[in-house]
Amino acid sequence: MATMSVRRAPVGPMLVRQAWAEFLKLWRVPAFSATSLLLPVMFYAFIGIGQSSQIMQGGVTFGAYFLASMSVYAVANVMIFSFGISVATERGMKMDVLMRATPMPPIVYLLSKCITALVFAALTLVVLFPFAYIAGGVRLDPSVWVTLASRVLLGSIPFIALGFAIGYLSGPNSAVAVINLIYLPTAFASGLFFPKQLLPQFIQSIAPYLPLHFFGQLGWDAIGAPTDGTLTSDWLYLAAYGVFFFALALWAYRREENAKFT
Amino acid sequence: MSAAAQLINATKKYGSLEALKGISLDIQLGEVVAMLGPNGAGKTTSISLLLGLRKPTSGQALLFGLKPDHLNARSRVGVMLQESGIPTMLKVSELIDLFRSYYPKPMDRDRAIAMAGLEEKSNALVKELSGGQRQRLYFALAVCGDPEVLFLDEPTVGMDVEGRRSFIERIAEFAQMGRTVVLTTHYLEEADQLAKRVVVIDRGLVIADATPQEIKSRVAGKRVRFTAVALTDKDLEGMPITTSTRADHRVQLLTNQPEAVLRELFRRGIEISDLEVSGADLEDAFISLTSHQANG
Repeated sequence: MATMSVRRAPVGPMLVRQAWAEFLKLWRVPAFSATSLLLPVMFYAFIGIGQSSQIMQGGVTFGAYFLASMSVYAVANVMIFSFGISVATERGMKMDVLMRATPMPPIVYLLSKCITALVFAALTLVVLFPFAYIAGGVRLDPSVWVTLASRVLLGSIPFIALGFAIGYLSGPNSAVAVINLIYLPTAFASGLFFPKQLLPQFIQSIAPYLPLHFFGQLGWDAIGAPTDGTLTSDWLYLAAYGVFFFALALWAYRREENAKFT
Repeated sequence: MSAAAQLINATKKYGSLEALKGISLDIQLGEVVAMLGPNGAGKTTSISLLLGLRKPTSGQALLFGLKPDHLNARSRVGVMLQESGIPTMLKVSELIDLFRSYYPKPMDRDRAIAMAGLEEKSNALVKELSGGQRQRLYFALAVCGDPEVLFLDEPTVGMDVEGRRSFIERIAEFAQMGRTVVLTTHYLEEADQLAKRVVVIDRGLVIADATPQEIKSRVAGKRVRFTAVALTDKDLEGMPITTSTRADHRVQLLTNQPEAVLRELFRRGIEISDLEVSGADLEDAFISLTSHQANG
């Protein structure tokens, strides 16, 4: 019978709709969209522009170096905030309950959030790169711009898992605080705002193990600045953190499932 | 007919709390069933089991013969739940389009909007809707997939009389398309207007499963209260009373024939004062139903 032929909705169009809905949800919250897009530019304006032509180790300009720093900061920021806060808020408002009762597979929900986060992350670069070019006078080979962008987007994936874990482990009201307490200090400690050499000694000793440190090195290496270790080891450490964050997120998700849906 | 939704000897414990003590229920395609019961009776838990949102502690829940969380089963079902949230920063039309994409053969967006009476609000953000409009949006989301079975958990809760009346009409309109509707409610009146079958649940058990007419005849409709000194059980003998309770000299009777009871009281010359006659609320109705059950 014809009624038996279509049993489920096709996943492709569903994913497109869901991702678009997720995007609109974030885009229409200025506290998220404006800060994600403008904060990195603002930091660049305050810290990067004034000394952008100063030449650093390895012959790169501070303008280019700080562009790499802010690219990493901006992208990781989107991943952690968009996931962490939106997941925590939706749990708080019990949106997950109605979604669970629909025929949408949970993987569509997860993928749509990943896609949205990547699109948003790309948008922050679309704002930041021209700003650095025009206001900061950063001149790089076209291939370097592309390498920088693709590396920070790919390297951001472990932070999606971190955001997801935070979203499931913290409450809707505490998510912002938890994220700021984790993210801002590690961003500083990883040298995204100031060169690590200016940081207190004990922070300098922890810094080389932080996930944002490896992520930052991917960016700095892309524009030709010297880094510790090798590019391969940066990727491997980041991948290891990715596996750990993903396991943590999965554990948190399962814990929630068991509490709410059994 | 074939089974749309089934509970087979289902029990559910939340820690030490026994929410369902063994419920069996068979809902056929095309039926309109109301689950009636007081708060905490187990109605929402029953619906949650049928939707796969909760798992039975023992026994089974089936949707179209499948496990309720099977996506093939869920693709044939629309749901309106109590206490569930929706994204507030999406427009009504966007949210309906999103939910339509979850289903294999959704209805037109405009038709879903019209069924819920949200034509003027289709461009509004969800956060701009009033409580009643939001409730209608939940209804639109439940029907937009053109489901064969519609589950509605307390759909009219928090609505005023007018809102409730028009909402009942919308549900009836959907049921008239030959669809299966399963709803839970506090109100016998609502069950009476919509359903051909009423399942009464109390303390985790089905205590009645019959047509609304049968249920009504078993439920005492009026409460008669008065003060009488030295009233004995013998004084009330033979009267059409479902239950009677006494505290000091205050007497409360539940009955379907208050006039006959009063006539008989006067005829027997019983001295009464502070007489009150009022509609029995659900609490009273359930007392009479449960006691009916206990008396066989």
